[in-house]
Amino acid sequence: MSNPADVIIIGGGHNGLVCAAYLAKAGRKVLVLEAASGVGGLGATREFAPGFRAAVAHTLPQLGRQLVKDLDLGRHGFSLAADALPTIALAPAGGHITITADGLEGASPADSTAYATYLKLMKKFARAIDPFWHKRPPMLGSGGLRDAATLGQFGWNLRTLGKTDMREMMRMIALPARDLMDEYFESPPLKAALAWDANIGSKLAPRSPNNAVIALLYRMSGDLTGGLPLARGGTGGLTDALAAAAAAHGAQIRTGSAVARIVVEQGRAVGVELAGGELIRAPKIVSNADPKTSFFKLLGARHLDIQFTNRINRLRMNGQVAKLHLALDGLPDFTGLAEPGGRLLLAPDMQFIENAFDAAKYGGYARELPMEVLLPSLHDDSLAPAGQHVLSAQVQYAPYNVQGGWDAHRDSFLDNTMASLERYAPGIRDRVVASELLTPADLEQQFGVTGGHWHHGEFALDNWWMNRPTYGASQYRTPVPGFYLCGAGAHPGGGIMGAAGSNAARAILEEN
Amino acid sequence: MPVTVKLQPAEAIAHVQRSILPTPFYSRTSRLNLNQQWSEWNGFASAVYYGDAHLEYFSTRNTCGVFDASPMRKYRFSGADAAAMLDRMVTRDVVAQAVDTVAYNVWCTDAGRVVDDGTIFRLGTEEFMLCCADPCYDWFCLSAVGFDALKIEEISEEVAALALQGPTSCALLKAMGFAGIEQCKPFQIMRFPFGGGEIMISRTGYTGDLGYELWLDPRDAEQLWDQLFSVGAIYGIQPLGDESLEMARLEAGFLAPDVDFHGSLHTVQRGHDHSPLELGLGWILNFKKPHFSGRAALLAQRESGNYRRLLKLDIEGNKPAEHSILYADKKCAKEIGYITSAAWSPVVKANIAYGLVEAKYFEGPIWAEIYHQKELRWQRKVARCTRVTKPFWSPERAKATPPPDC
Repeated sequence: MSNPADVIIIGGGHNGLVCAAYLAKAGRKVLVLEAASGVGGLGATREFAPGFRAAVAHTLPQLGRQLVKDLDLGRHGFSLAADALPTIALAPAGGHITITADGLEGASPADSTAYATYLKLMKKFARAIDPFWHKRPPMLGSGGLRDAATLGQFGWNLRTLGKTDMREMMRMIALPARDLMDEYFESPPLKAALAWDANIGSKLAPRSPNNAVIALLYRMSGDLTGGLPLARGGTGGLTDALAAAAAAHGAQIRTGSAVARIVVEQGRAVGVELAGGELIRAPKIVSNADPKTSFFKLLGARHLDIQFTNRINRLRMNGQVAKLHLALDGLPDFTGLAEPGGRLLLAPDMQFIENAFDAAKYGGYARELPMEVLLPSLHDDSLAPAGQHVLSAQVQYAPYNVQGGWDAHRDSFLDNTMASLERYAPGIRDRVVASELLTPADLEQQFGVTGGHWHHGEFALDNWWMNRPTYGASQYRTPVPGFYLCGAGAHPGGGIMGAAGSNAARAILEEN
Repeated sequence: MPVTVKLQPAEAIAHVQRSILPTPFYSRTSRLNLNQQWSEWNGFASAVYYGDAHLEYFSTRNTCGVFDASPMRKYRFSGADAAAMLDRMVTRDVVAQAVDTVAYNVWCTDAGRVVDDGTIFRLGTEEFMLCCADPCYDWFCLSAVGFDALKIEEISEEVAALALQGPTSCALLKAMGFAGIEQCKPFQIMRFPFGGGEIMISRTGYTGDLGYELWLDPRDAEQLWDQLFSVGAIYGIQPLGDESLEMARLEAGFLAPDVDFHGSLHTVQRGHDHSPLELGLGWILNFKKPHFSGRAALLAQRESGNYRRLLKLDIEGNKPAEHSILYADKKCAKEIGYITSAAWSPVVKANIAYGLVEAKYFEGPIWAEIYHQKELRWQRKVARCTRVTKPFWSPERAKATPPPDC
């Protein structure tokens, strides 16, 4: 066994790279082992058809300034293709509502007023919990001062919202998105668009309780720009910059190096064995993989206690989102939209989303599918040949466990997706030069994410903060000494944010 | 609306009336059970006593007695991951356990609290039988998560079980034709042809005396019973009921589930479950093993030293300290624990008991507040308790191979 590193990071997704960069910056010898031929994971920009490129994760709502500044990402090639994309709630016949950072355009006066009230309140809540995204979650009953201080600060931040708003937050926190939106708004497509962000990625829909408000607040955690940013070169532009920053600080990144297992000696993680049989030792092993992969495939249940193992086993990790990439020979026409420059939400109302979810709950999928559509090439000409375009869409609901398996359903799901898109952009089929549909099964197979689940486990209250992925592993340390988590399955969760990676790096550095 | 009640015919609910199912030996045990005194054990009839509990008890110390252990829950673990899975679940080293041996074990929650105890029989490299008093299949399934090359089957009703215990047990088995049984060491397994197939005999038991447990196909059960009682007549064989076994196991220093401890999954209140250290089972915690479920918690508890102790107590006088509260002083001012099991031991001639005592007090003076009746009038006495570190009853013959007179 060679011993080239203080820390081995398994997986070069964005969180693994962030963790590597922070550790390397603090002087640790870091080795990142990435199974794929390139870094970036679900954030990597890949060529899906000759000349056409896209990343599975296509926007950066949660990216923060601090990360960009700490790692000097600008110097390492990171820049924005767009800094404040609006979200457009499309209506099939036109009459769209545009949601910007400041307010609504095209909405009724009542909805505009309600949105201002809603946004003000949500921003206030977001500010109250914002520090906790970037902090180690507390451990209940640890007796530790720092855990007590974190809990105390959390309580204080809620209390200082004022009695009325604190009560309101308590009331709203577990509400289904549908109830929340019905309380505030009247326009069906507006409500659907706002509800979309509350649920996407999890096996939840507008009528599901347990996550809506916390997911919306999480999405508001980014402060890079005043709106929704897009990275130049696709999200891979960011992950490449992260890799460059890590490398500049001395981290070694090895691609095409799949880790087969973690080597445990005397109850301690001491190294990794690569798929080819190579053994590499390091005193600290950090996994950017999802919790099920980390604990079951890499580590092995025999090194873990029984109830802990069962909590990991029970994590809900069945992905529900399919990713569609279309290579278009020109700009498609969306009815009533001058230019499809924003993030387009194709759902006439919340029931439409719910109907798609209902089908998926039982292992099927709906004929009509809601989706979020982006044409990143409108903002970034590096993604498609001149005059041509990339359409990038998140389509729900595509259940990981579709009855009969995805090989039997991929074509028909794609047909349904195209038909649903045609309702808003008639004639778009004729513009398609090439297409790629990534079902959750494909995401699992190609990116090594259990269930093809974006967030490495549902983003919901029962799997949040000190329960993410579960107590006993929610402070980046795991029950096995020397083994740590830094991926989206750890607090705060998924989305291109890097907080799990930076929090993990801090936890590891504090140990020394 | 008229209400109709449809009753089952009496014969359809005969088993409900008895609340019990017959074991493979029931045709024989029911004939011997003079007063039809049955308790329910996992749904099966288990004799409370057959004729006289004391006479039965004395057979375990002077001749031999037979206990029908068929209601015991038995599970087969097989497959390439079986050893690793069990090794992670229980506290002793299963990987190192030799084939054809038996090991007493305990399994714990993550917090190091006892779920249950039982014996693991290693039947082959990749095959085990686990026996425990109560059903535990749910915990085994939870414990199997993450181990794929593994099959767990409940085989309780595929295996009939008898415990043959007492000083003449080896001689009786030899006389029955089980040649070489005298060479069977404690916790070893031997196999012999019997009936339509094979009988497995392990040198194990719950009485602390010389003894064996016999495992066989239920179809051969009655034949075994008949042979034991015909050949065994001159060896003083007796059937054993629950009561006699309860006395014997207390003398031997064995724990009874739901008497001396509650499984952690069945307690509601904090601290009403137990760690193996509290129960005096520190000797089966193999901390050299890099991992077993609950190891970290138990290691921390051992290091802290701050845990209750289930003590073996020799209590002055002859009044069993049943249900007694324990105190640190004769005035009964400071309550420090309670008795879990108590009896007058005829063979040791001592008033023995187990008492669970708070961590701070287990090394100091211990007094038991005993209530007993004299012609229906309740009397109270406070008796001094002395700690005993060895089992109350542990004769040499239980360990000797070959056993004496064999």
